[in-house]
Amino acid sequence: MRVLMFGWEFPPHSSGGLGTACYGLTKGLSNQKIEVVFVLPKANSMPEKTHVKLVVADNFENAKNLNIAKNLKIRKINSLLVPYADSGVYKKRYSSYQQYYRSKGIENTIYSQDLYEEVQRYALLAKEIAKEEPHDIIHCHDWMTYPAGIEAKKGSGTPLVIHVHATEFDRTAGNPNQFIYEIEKKGMEEADHIMSVSQFTKNKIVQHYGISPEKITVVHNAVEFRDKKFHEKINDGEQVVLFLGRITIQKGPDWFLKAAKKVLKIKPNVKFIVAGSGDMEGFIIEKAAEMGIGDKVLFTGFLQGDNVDKIYSMADLYVMPSVSEPFGITPLEAMRNNTPVLISKQSGVSEVLTHALKVDFWDIDQMANKIVSVLNYSSLHNCLQKNGAKEVANFDWNIPASKCVNVYNGVLGAGCWVLED
Amino acid sequence: MVSVCFYFQVHQPHRLRNYSVFDISKNHNYFDEKVNEEIIKKVASKCYLPANRLMLELINNHKGKFKISYSITGTALEQFEAHTPKVIESFKALADTGCVEFLNETYYHSLSFLKSKKEFLHQINLHKRKMKSLFNVRPKVFRNTELVFNNELATFIENQGYKGILAEGAEHILGWKSPNFIYMAKTASAKQEVAKIKLLVKNYRLSDDIAFRFSNRQWNEWPLTPTKFADWINQVNGNGDVVNLFMDYETFGEHQWEETGIFDFMRTLPKEILKQKDNEFLTPSDIIKKHDAKDELDFHNFVSWADVERDLSAWLGNDMQKSAFDLLFELEKGVLRTNNLQLIKDWRKLQTSDHFYYMCTKWFGDGDVHKYFNPYESPYDCYIAFMNIINDLRYRVKETL
Repeated sequence: MRVLMFGWEFPPHSSGGLGTACYGLTKGLSNQKIEVVFVLPKANSMPEKTHVKLVVADNFENAKNLNIAKNLKIRKINSLLVPYADSGVYKKRYSSYQQYYRSKGIENTIYSQDLYEEVQRYALLAKEIAKEEPHDIIHCHDWMTYPAGIEAKKGSGTPLVIHVHATEFDRTAGNPNQFIYEIEKKGMEEADHIMSVSQFTKNKIVQHYGISPEKITVVHNAVEFRDKKFHEKINDGEQVVLFLGRITIQKGPDWFLKAAKKVLKIKPNVKFIVAGSGDMEGFIIEKAAEMGIGDKVLFTGFLQGDNVDKIYSMADLYVMPSVSEPFGITPLEAMRNNTPVLISKQSGVSEVLTHALKVDFWDIDQMANKIVSVLNYSSLHNCLQKNGAKEVANFDWNIPASKCVNVYNGVLGAGCWVLED
Repeated sequence: MVSVCFYFQVHQPHRLRNYSVFDISKNHNYFDEKVNEEIIKKVASKCYLPANRLMLELINNHKGKFKISYSITGTALEQFEAHTPKVIESFKALADTGCVEFLNETYYHSLSFLKSKKEFLHQINLHKRKMKSLFNVRPKVFRNTELVFNNELATFIENQGYKGILAEGAEHILGWKSPNFIYMAKTASAKQEVAKIKLLVKNYRLSDDIAFRFSNRQWNEWPLTPTKFADWINQVNGNGDVVNLFMDYETFGEHQWEETGIFDFMRTLPKEILKQKDNEFLTPSDIIKKHDAKDELDFHNFVSWADVERDLSAWLGNDMQKSAFDLLFELEKGVLRTNNLQLIKDWRKLQTSDHFYYMCTKWFGDGDVHKYFNPYESPYDCYIAFMNIINDLRYRVKETL
């Protein structure tokens, strides 16, 4: 079977869970002898350093090194699309490109001036790829690629499966951009079947997009395992509580600060590390200072590769206070590094994790209570650590990949459906 | 001739509230009175009241030929007195029939024997007093919390003058021996004048057929009828003296819902068993008088009636349980020295074994019996509340002394 897959990003050049999930899933599919053509947006080459930080998804070469290339082929579409962009981010990116090329005396007319037109332009290019790449089924990841999937389906006539890693309701904490919402809704309606990363997300799709539950199969994510083990510590005797994720409203960094403040009142010798970047970064840094805990909250900026595992292993507790987290692979990454986790109940991963502490993201008293408990009661820390490490070993990408294959077979009318786990 | 011995355990703990680290030194209310009241009322109406009604009816109908025994914890009795006094009245009515024996145990359903013999004995005496004041009885037979038992415990109880004690008929102890005889415990250095204590071991197959498997449709013996069960009892005739059916009283109406037919089963069972002329119902004390011990059983290690392991791992299997248990008893001396009755009572209520059971991670995730009875979302949540409370208790002790 050959799958034409549309994604946004691919590790190591990825800025969030979506790239991680696509990598794991395609690896799992490759193990099942499923061929995948992975299509990505990639802009014309740019100098590394501009005044705006640009992460360019250039992956073909990397995939070769990642040992999963056997059944995987990566194709790039020349586009300015980047993951997690909104129209503001896109405009900045577009103008920096224009400035750069104008400075070189070149007038660049390829890219669209706004994000939404660019998504459409990308979709039409996708249609051409669908015509030339033989495939049995189309598989799209999140909203930016839904129009591409719909166009590709028009081009080749093969069935379309969309994979919902997040909805606009999650990203905006309940204040969706209408344009993106409509793209999502159309994608869900046009799709022959939908995969959602959790029951939590499935419920959102049913509730907010009016999709019938029978059309949606829950496929929980998994985590990659690494041989490399890190045992980093800050040797100043202070315990470390970690937030790692995009610093956006969705991820709840503000709730993390509120809990930190409460913890520090009764336990002053604790460091709170915020790792990641995002549109709320400046606000959160200022907020920490304003709350009088500026010296206790450290910011690392965006981390990649080994540094991610290093920071997990440094932490005594990883906290994921997301306001709305469709799945949440980061707790699994923390557990893989033997770090106990405290996760928001408003997350998909809390459906499938037992050896984790759980809390409502808004319940900062409980969040602080649980943070202090893990730091104070070593037996709690040890049991979470020991049982968590055992539990996370079951989260193998081959499992969601098999579910994916079941969905493909179901859509293609071959084999039987295995809908829920 | 087979003597059938029914013993029912009646117990409810004082469940903890979600006690936070921010409550320490500020708030000394540890128990979720609202939830506890709700549960005791619910279980009273589903189980205790209808089951007591049924038992009384059976005793009256069989004119002294149907006998049963109970052990009711102090923590359950306190909650009946506070919220469902009718349950106390119905137990009193059962006591008045003369066909019901009440056993002795630790008032707080604790594992205190493992840590402090002094505390253990104190709780036995508290329970003894409660039995006397409520039912006007002096128990002669002892059962320890969750049938936790070993040779040392048997010796201790023997020295207190008890005639009999209950234990799990664990296969690794019995070996080829049958649970359907009376045994002697392997007690050490009993004084000459002290009669050797007799041991009644649970027939866990037949007990669990009722308590656990009764409504299980996957069980190849389902549905279990009184005739079928009586037939199994009859099969013991000729190769055993007793069949000890030990179970939680909550089996009736709570673990096995009324809809499963458990009450109807029990309503007919005595009649079916008594159809065989050689069969009879006896209480533990009757059994001890009637049957001689056939052999000695060596309970070198602790045995309980919980889980497949039949050991202490349900309460003290992981680091959290062990540390919580250790820390609680580290406070013993300090707590008692305060002479603050409320503080001492709080400390004792925390000893109830259920709190440690809720912290068990052994089967967590498999959705089994541990999860069913757990009022917390996870064992970790229970441990957090418990440890915060321990810290508050420590604070109160320090403040008082």
